[in-house]
Amino acid sequence: MKRYDLIVVGAGPAGLSAAIEAAKRGLKVVVFDENSKPGGQLFKQIHKFFGSKEHKAKIRGFKIGEELLTDAAEAGVEVVLNSIVIGLFQEKEVTVKIEDKVHHYKADAVIIATGASENMVTFDGWTLPGVIGAGAAQTMMNLHSIKPGKKILMLGSGNVGLVVSYQLLQAGCEVVAICDASPRVGGYGVHASKVARCGVPFYMSNTIIKAEGTECVTGVTIGEVDSSWKIIPGTEKHFEVDTICLAVGLSPMSQLANMAGCDMEDNPKKAGFVPIVDKYGETSVSGIFAAGDVSGIEEASSAMIEGRIAGVAVAYRLGFIDKQELEDKAKELETALLSLRQGMFAPENRGKKIDKTEEGCDVSENLLKMGFISEDEIIRFPGFTRSKGTHPVIECTQNIPCNPCQDACSKKCIKIGDKITSLPSIDETKKCSACGQCVASCSGQAIFLINEEYEEGYASVTMPYEFLPLPVVGDKGVAFDRSGNEVCEAEVISLKTAPIFDKTNLLTIKVPIEMVDRARFFRAEVLV
Amino acid sequence: MRIQEHPILGEPQKGRLIQFTHDGNAMQGFEGEPIAVALRAAGVMAHRHTKKYDKPRGIFCAIGRCTDCVMVVDGKPNVRTCITSLEEGMTVETQYGVTAKKPEVESEKESKKEGTV
Repeated sequence: MKRYDLIVVGAGPAGLSAAIEAAKRGLKVVVFDENSKPGGQLFKQIHKFFGSKEHKAKIRGFKIGEELLTDAAEAGVEVVLNSIVIGLFQEKEVTVKIEDKVHHYKADAVIIATGASENMVTFDGWTLPGVIGAGAAQTMMNLHSIKPGKKILMLGSGNVGLVVSYQLLQAGCEVVAICDASPRVGGYGVHASKVARCGVPFYMSNTIIKAEGTECVTGVTIGEVDSSWKIIPGTEKHFEVDTICLAVGLSPMSQLANMAGCDMEDNPKKAGFVPIVDKYGETSVSGIFAAGDVSGIEEASSAMIEGRIAGVAVAYRLGFIDKQELEDKAKELETALLSLRQGMFAPENRGKKIDKTEEGCDVSENLLKMGFISEDEIIRFPGFTRSKGTHPVIECTQNIPCNPCQDACSKKCIKIGDKITSLPSIDETKKCSACGQCVASCSGQAIFLINEEYEEGYASVTMPYEFLPLPVVGDKGVAFDRSGNEVCEAEVISLKTAPIFDKTNLLTIKVPIEMVDRARFFRAEVLV
Repeated sequence: MRIQEHPILGEPQKGRLIQFTHDGNAMQGFEGEPIAVALRAAGVMAHRHTKKYDKPRGIFCAIGRCTDCVMVVDGKPNVRTCITSLEEGMTVETQYGVTAKKPEVESEKESKKEGTV
């Protein structure tokens, strides 16, 4: 039997963060992970993260993964891969299956950071090849560079469903629709908007009736559900697809905590069966901690902070640091965690319908029903202004924890304030330099630079653009509105790429002045 | 089906192109990628058929958890093709139940019986 100060189960964002904090403070730490590569799901996350600087906002998930691995190596964390923890017993004894053998380990503390597994729904034909989980789609396209399918229907409009739909578009797949039995889009409005303006229709209050095909998926039928989730006859719609992607939530993988005898609870606010933990992540069993999705489904950003808190707490518990250091560090981390847990999507608001923003604006009903904000709604939000010359228009209309735009603007045009869930507003007394930093920094791709006076009768619209092939100056094509409908012809007048934009290109198009509030996406194709 | 260039990830880093067989047919894939990825690129959707109802199954979770993608690889059944790396010369076969042998359909069974009578 091999001994360590700390055993961490799971080398994802929570587990690695915990291991780094503990190892930095002198603990001998091992991390077991069943996969052949560390990082959990971070290496499949190619979008920019939300939050503020301290949460690594505007950095893409896979880069955060690389940073964690570097930090773990520097701190001397031992990571053992292809090893499945199969038992967690009294006195922190752990059994691990490595190849065909079971090995015994023992530690003074254990941190369970096993993450979550995908939920599934069943319907006629759900076992056919071509029906896949959203995680599978991410694994295939972002790790192995293969499209999961050519034409795809997404079930689920939470952040996973929305983000993966966008990634499918980036990979070159066609997303024929996003449907969800819920009457309202579950994920961030900004994620929905960037998919909707690419032309993906949203079918809310709709679910899958049947996956068609004998050897593999050849089509799908969806239908509208009534208030008791029953299909309303006559509402069936058919799509020809080769792939159906399921993004219907995650459940904590808390089996080890349960096995170890930790007090558990079924908590809908945490999306499932979880160990009850204190503010340091410690379970009812002294010395066994839980961090990340295993103790309640949230984002990777919060998982990393929970992991760090647990790592520091274990260091204190084992006598590597004094109480003062624990309290100082924990306070700093808890503040960071708390700021992520504010706003409309806070865990305590799960399932709640919110009608007004913290600022008192009525939320966009269209955003919740169809994935995009209508033209008459956008004007009531503080990010929408009109002024002379180039200026930002920020289509961020929900209280989500995110503020990189405020830091990105060197001219201080954009204001969020101390509370990172506040809606960004424009300070019209400050002059925009049209640098475009805000456009590239917005993880939700919700900032546009507008110039109503580009030339006689024409306006310019600068938008974030993360698709290939990149248009070039002079390209003529079509501008699309927020719903993905063609609105007018458009011409590319500028395309900016820079390392600091981190692959978010700034595409500027020229449109007739009357389309300045509508044109939000561009395709270099001929108007038919 | 392969992504040639990705707007965020750039050009894929792949191993060398190698040969393997799927149900006796020659195929190509990249060394080290999951077997399932090479099969998906070649348009193979069904990895196995269930024992009782002979229903097709394919990639579902892609992380080695659900076991829907298991196949007979180099004669060994129940190999999770989504997390097993492709190697030069591998023999990959559709799995029926737990073997690579396709079950006889009912009519064939009947005709055999008649033949032996």
